[in-house]
Formats: sequence, structure tokens, C-alpha cells
Amino acid sequence: MSEGLIRAAHDVLIVGGGGAGLRAAIAIAETNPQLDVAVVSKVYPMRSHTVSAEGGAAGVIADDDTLDEHCYDTISGSDWLGDQDAIEAFVREAPRELLQLEHWGCPWSRQPDGHIAVRAFGGMKKKRTWFAADKTGFHMLHSLFQTTLKYDEVTRYDEVFVTKLLVDDGRVHGVVAVGLFSGKIQAVTAKSVILCTGGCGKVFPFTTNANINTGDGMSLAYRAGAPLKDMEFVQYHPTGLPFTGILITEATRAEGGWLLNKDGYRYLQDYDLGKPTPSPELRSMELGPRDRLSQAFVHEVEKGRTSDSPWGPIVHLDLRHLGAKLIDTKLPFVRELCLKYERIDPVHELIPVRPVVHYMMGGVHTDIDGATPLEGLYAAGETACVSINGANRLGSNSLPELLVFGARAGRAAAEYASVAGPAPAAIEAQAADEVRRLERDLLGKEPGAESTSTIRDEMQTTMEDAAGIYRTGPAMAKGIDALRELQGRIGSVGIADSSRSFNTELLAALELANMLDIGECILQSGLQREESRGAHQRTDFPDRDDQRFLMHQLVHRNSDGTPRVEPLPVTITRWPPGERVYGR
Amino acid sequence: MADSIRLEVTRYRPETDSEPQFQEYDVPLRKEWTILDGLNHVKDEVDTTLSFRWSCRMGICGSCGMNVDGEPKLTCATFLSDYAPGPVRVEPLGNFPVVRDLVVDLYDFMEKLPRVKPWIIRDDDVTVVDGEYLQTPEELDAYKQFSMCINCMLCYAACPVYALDPDFIGPAAIALAERYDLDSRDQGARERLDVLIEHDGVWGCTFVGECSAVCPKDVDPAGAIQRYKLKAAQESVKAVLLPRGAR
Amino acid sequence: MTEVRVYHRPVSVWWWTKKRSYFVFVMRELSSIFIAWFVVYLLVLIAAVGRSEAAYQDFLDWAGTPWVVVLNVVASLFLVLHVVTWFNLTPQAMVVRLRGERAPAAMVIASQYVGLAVVSAFVYWLVTR
Repeated sequence: MSEGLIRAAHDVLIVGGGGAGLRAAIAIAETNPQLDVAVVSKVYPMRSHTVSAEGGAAGVIADDDTLDEHCYDTISGSDWLGDQDAIEAFVREAPRELLQLEHWGCPWSRQPDGHIAVRAFGGMKKKRTWFAADKTGFHMLHSLFQTTLKYDEVTRYDEVFVTKLLVDDGRVHGVVAVGLFSGKIQAVTAKSVILCTGGCGKVFPFTTNANINTGDGMSLAYRAGAPLKDMEFVQYHPTGLPFTGILITEATRAEGGWLLNKDGYRYLQDYDLGKPTPSPELRSMELGPRDRLSQAFVHEVEKGRTSDSPWGPIVHLDLRHLGAKLIDTKLPFVRELCLKYERIDPVHELIPVRPVVHYMMGGVHTDIDGATPLEGLYAAGETACVSINGANRLGSNSLPELLVFGARAGRAAAEYASVAGPAPAAIEAQAADEVRRLERDLLGKEPGAESTSTIRDEMQTTMEDAAGIYRTGPAMAKGIDALRELQGRIGSVGIADSSRSFNTELLAALELANMLDIGECILQSGLQREESRGAHQRTDFPDRDDQRFLMHQLVHRNSDGTPRVEPLPVTITRWPPGERVYGR
Repeated sequence: MADSIRLEVTRYRPETDSEPQFQEYDVPLRKEWTILDGLNHVKDEVDTTLSFRWSCRMGICGSCGMNVDGEPKLTCATFLSDYAPGPVRVEPLGNFPVVRDLVVDLYDFMEKLPRVKPWIIRDDDVTVVDGEYLQTPEELDAYKQFSMCINCMLCYAACPVYALDPDFIGPAAIALAERYDLDSRDQGARERLDVLIEHDGVWGCTFVGECSAVCPKDVDPAGAIQRYKLKAAQESVKAVLLPRGAR
Repeated sequence: MTEVRVYHRPVSVWWWTKKRSYFVFVMRELSSIFIAWFVVYLLVLIAAVGRSEAAYQDFLDWAGTPWVVVLNVVASLFLVLHVVTWFNLTPQAMVVRLRGERAPAAMVIASQYVGLAVVSAFVYWLVTR
């Protein structure tokens, strides 16, 4: 049984090969080339969801811009839940990271004189968003991936799915994983592990996220005993295409696009976001923060001022006044997506849009260097919650976050691995247990009455009802009960697929189990936060309550599998809590 | 429009099957549904054992390439209604070994990619403290098209040279090499040339042009390869005519 | 990797008949043979002219025989295919810049036909004056 059980041993193991994971790998290869680092990903790295990010990456570079202003925009954007020391470090390192990526070949869009061009973005007072046309994430990911190919120190395990973290005596020692190609289940030991597995949008039915975003890393950490943080904060991006949920980037609004209700009225002016002007004003109207824009949509629906579509209420994004030349230069991908998936041309027609689940502000709790409380375990990117995004993330802060904290977590994990001891013998038995569990409880089980897709659909519907843009205590409590019931039912799911090679049925079942855990954490945290702040809005507690809730909420896993929520103070340095003001 | 459309889907289990077979599934014919939506319907409602790759569903990750009625396509960007009344044949992406159902073995491409050194190669040591390498919009335009490759490998599936000779380094790899050669910040053209001037490099290409025809991102790898050939030929001539020092 | 029995789909020897674009490609490649034939034919013609009036007459008799006529008709069709396909491919293989912008494909293709017409007119004049 133990023959071939441990496939390999590495110094640092990175789970997830997207922007954060690859940046961490490069950081380790550069600063600690004597260490042996591996990246394990359930997809080939260029398929990671970083690839679909469109709008841009913020970094202070303009002459009239300052680090403090980027800090303030991020802090107020976070509704004062962001940790200000982390934000200060982030804002300081972002420009350097983006420049480093430029040196690695990223095709940033330029000014006529050859310098980096920056554009406006939601919630930012100055223009500081670097961009590569409207495919910023694609270009960043491919630049990073191609750069990693330079380093022989980086080993890759492509299409390998991690099912469990190996933990002994409060320290992480590696992972158990299924190789999708052959179906072989093996362990890989490491002195330190970095989780960079992205977000968990697929917990919801309507999301910009890809099929792969199932909160795997968050769930791995949660089950291993590392707490998650701020899970109740789910970002609804204001402009997704109906039916598919495909993202229409905020850059459309940064370039001057308008949001119109069914009367052709720029409705955001009714929601304390400023007055409409022909060209965009920073931090005003369509360039307000995402949570406020999505909330405005809900009010428009209540007032009956939204249009109807076969997929529910919609509003329209108007780009017609921007002209074909600007759209083809700055927003070509948006045009392609609208033509293909809506059969409309944004140069001449209105784009139907509605708010769509997009990003998790919450995630694995880490410190400013990506370290979790569990020794040897680190996290970075959307998987982690440092927190720089607090209760609401500003657009274009997430891509630099991958780079800044990917690099920090990489360096920290490398430092730990340089001095850490080897894995204890007990780890092998743990790995063997996990292999047995997978063989017996999943692969060996005949399909019964329950199907993965049915449970998944019910989970998604539950989450949409309980954790929408506006929430209530009773709805969240009901949702928690529903998810508990689904947790029970998932135990009877079997696998009809008898082939071990590329068994995506097994993969879907494992991902669903991850998502149910995450869903419970989201709702439990939401239920206990009795206030409205940022993206967590409650009609039964409509105001922000700094007295009781100017704090993070950690979620630990109880031994019976239920979530336990605890407070954690927010780090305030130079910006005392204030009012979030946009448009005035 | 009819209610449903028939998909003829390749099934293959390496443990038990000697060769792939087709299995038929009827899926709802909805005007917004892509081939991928049809396959997901099969997996969710009809046959949970069907395996295929997909992720972004918006034509940017490159996962979902398959042969649809013999043509390499991104199934997330190909609509069922374009094949009505059907049946539609959905097979694994052409010219790659079949691992399982619609999943192919991409090891060959992943091994070829690093060979062309697809990263910025520079002699000097400009640090980030010195700021960005200046690059005008015109300089960016010179290579922009070739930087759009999503590594979906439809071009390899369409290339008859690759079909007959899997050693051929292939369209996407060469296009990526050209992307870096044309990037004003790069100084590695010589190193890449040494790789691509081999017989399974650019000279394997006979300019069929199918790669560019199927490319969903208009990268035009065929154009990249022919331009590379011109460059390689010029270098060969120079190597013969000029003394070592002048090259 | 090696434990899984992946399946290699066989490539049929008739692969080039399965898709119109493949068929045209193979015909395009084949057309080079006919180009070579015309070169030989032209050289034989010139040699005959150079020798004597009688040799030229023999050549014309030979050129009039049925199989040579058929061959030349077929070769002419392939010549046209050769010209059209290669002219169409030029814009893809060569980037022509006009005042900073890339010249449109149609312009590159058209200019080749113009060139062909000019050279043909010159040769015609040369031969008939």
C-alpha cells in the first residue's frame, strides 16, 4: 500500500497555478534557487481563472498620484474593514510588481511616448489602473506562465487535484492528490504549502467565475484547522451578461459607459453617487464602488424600472457614444463577447447587463506575509483574506494583489522551508487513510438516489436566496439548515464512472463537498454579522455598526463539521473609520 | 426550431476499450446553447460518466477545444443552432492521442512550448527601479496579434503536417516565438532561431494555412511561420556570405 | 503517464480528400510539377527555335499531338491555380507597410496581378514586334 504512496518530496508546494501561484513560484526560484518548488494545479496553468480578468491592475505611477491616495481609496472602498497595514504594504509594492511583470514581457498598453498608460477605475480618485487592452488577466497570466518556463527549479504537476492537506502536530507536511490523467491517488510531501486556488463563485448559480472556481483551497485550509475570514463578503459585479454571466468589464464604465434603466435614465444619480456628467468623473456615478452599484440595481427592480429578459430583470450598459474606434482599441474583447453571446454590437446597441457574483473578499485568514495560523501553511490571491479588500474590493486591486501577496507568500514559505524539518513518518499513514476514504466512500460507491448535479443545483439556489445582494437573518438561517441537509445527502452520492482515467465525476463530487463547506461558512458568518457593511447588506440591520462590528469574523471548523465564528480586530493605522462618500 | 438535437459523442475508456466508439445523446436545442452547454446537459442529466475539459465558457482559457463535425472548434463558442437539425459529431481534438472520451493528451505541446524560449531574453540588466522599458503603441502593435494565443491547440488539430509528423514543432509554438522576436524589449531572436531552424522547426511547414483558418483569436500562426521562414532564410544567407565577425 | 493506454487515431492516406481546403492545398503543391513542365517545354521550344526552321517545325508538330495538347491544357489549369493561390497567400507571408499602417491584403494581391499584366504586356510586345 505504501509502495508509491508518496510520489515526491519538495521544499515548497504551491496549490494552484494562476497569477498568485505562479508569482510565488518565481519569487522562490529567484530568491531561494537552492529550494525545490513545485506547482500543483487541477488544470494546466494557462487555464487558471486569472486568464479571464479584463479591466486592469492598479498601481500608483502617475505624477499627480500618491500611495496615500491609493490607500484611502482602497480603505474607504473596503468600508473600513481592510487591514490598513496590509493595504499600505500592498499599495507600496503594487507598482514595483507591475513593473516587474512588464520586464517579464507583459504587453501593457502605452501612451504615445512609450510609457505605461493608466486609466480610471471604479472607486479610485486618480487614474492608476494599468491595462493590457481589455484582456489584462490573460496577458498577465501568460506572461507569468511563460516566465516560469525559464526556471528549472520549478516542477509542475498539471491536472492533479489536491484532496487533503497532511497535518501533524499543528504543522502542514504536504498533500494527498489525484492525478487526473491516470486516476492515481498519491501524496506529495513538502516543508511548506501555499494555497493559491482562487475563489468560489460556483457556490452560486449565476457567476462570472469559471467551472474550476469551487473554493478548493479554502476548503482544504478549513478542514485542516486553519480559519477562514470575512466569508460573508461576496462581491456582485454590476455588469454581467444575462444567462451566461460572462463579465463585462468595469473598464467599459471607466472609458465612459453609462448604466441606463428601462426609461433610458442614468439611475445611479438617485443613489447618492453624484450627478451625471457626459464624461466619467472619478469616484462618481458609474465609477462608484461595485457594492453600491449592484445595490442600486436591486432598488431599481423594486421600483419596477428595470427591463425584463428571459433571465430576469436587466438594465442596459450604453457604449454607443464611445464610438467604434475607442471600442476597438480599448474594449475589443467586450465587443467580441457581446457579438458572440448576445448577438448585439455595442457600437450601435445597448448591452443587457445585471449584477453577477464575481469575487470573494473572504478567504483563508493570513497575515501580511501570507502565513496562516497553521504552521507551514500559506495562502495568497483570491483564496486568501489578508485583508486588503475588507467588505468590498475595488476593481483592479485584485490583479496586483496576486503579484504582491503571491511574492510575499512565496518568500515567507521559502524562508520557512529553509529551516523546517522533514515530514514525520506518521504522515504516510494519514495519506493511506485518505486514499482509502476516496476509494471506499466515492470511487467504490455505486450511484444511489442522489446525484451531484441535483445537490449542486439546490446548493446554488439556496445560496442565491440566502446570500444575495440584500440578506435577512431568517433567510440566512433557513439557508444554513438547507445546506446542512445537503451535507447529509452528499454522503449517498456514488460514482457511476468506472474508469479511473480523467474521472470528472469524481472531481465534481469532491468539488461539491468543498463548496458545501464554503457555503455554510458564508451563511454562518453572514448571520452573525448584524450590520450592513460593503457587500454584506441586511434589510433587518440596514446600518453600519462600527461599535459592534468594526472587526473581521474568523470561521473555524468544529469537530462535527459545523462552522464557529469568532471576532478578530481590524488593523487601523492612519485612517480612522469615516463615511464612505462617492460623487460628492 | 425543433426541440432537440442529436449529439454523436466519442466515448473511450482506456482500461476497457480497444478503440473509441460513438454514443448518441439528444439534448435540448436552445438558441443560446453552445455545444458545451449540450455536453454539460448530458453530464448533468443523462450520463454522468462523460468526461471533457472546460473552464471559462467565454473563449479565453482554451480548455474546451474539440472536433465538431470534423472541424476543430472551441465548444464554448460554437452554437448548437448552427448545426440544426443535426446530428452533430463531437470528437476529441484532432491529431492528439485520446486519453478518455473527449479528453486528449496535450503532453506533446506542453513539452514543445518551453523549447522556443517564450520569455523575454535580454543581455543587460535593467532593474525595475529604472522604470519600464519604453515601448510605443506602434512597437506594441508589431507583435500584439501573436500575443493573443490562448493555447487552445485548434491549430495543431487542423495542421496536416502535424497529423503526419508529430515531431513538427507546430503553429502555436512558432507564433509564440515570433511574438517574442518582434517584441522590442526582447533580444533573444538568435537563440530562438537556433531552435526553429531545425528540420522539425519552421521548415516543416508547407503553408497549408489551415491553422490560421481555425484560430479563434485571429493570431494567424501561418503568417508568423512564413515570416519566420523569411527571417531564417536571410540568416542562412548571411551565415554563408558574411565572415564570422560581421554576423 | 505511461500506464494509461491512450489511443492514437490513425491518419488515413486519403486525409487530403476529407476537407476542401486540404484538397486545394495538395493540388496547389502538385501544380509545381506542371510549372516545372512548362519550364522544360519553354526550354525545348527555345532550343528548337535556336537550331533551325525545320527543328522549329518539328517542335510545332510534336506540340500539336493529342497527348501534348491535353497535357498543356491540364498544365495551364494548374498554372492558373498556382498563380491564384500563391498571390492570395502573399499578404499573409509578407508584411507590407505603407505610411506606418499595414497595407490591406486586397492591395497586395491586386498589385501582383498588375505586375503580372505589365510583365506579360512587355513580353508580348517583345515577341510580336
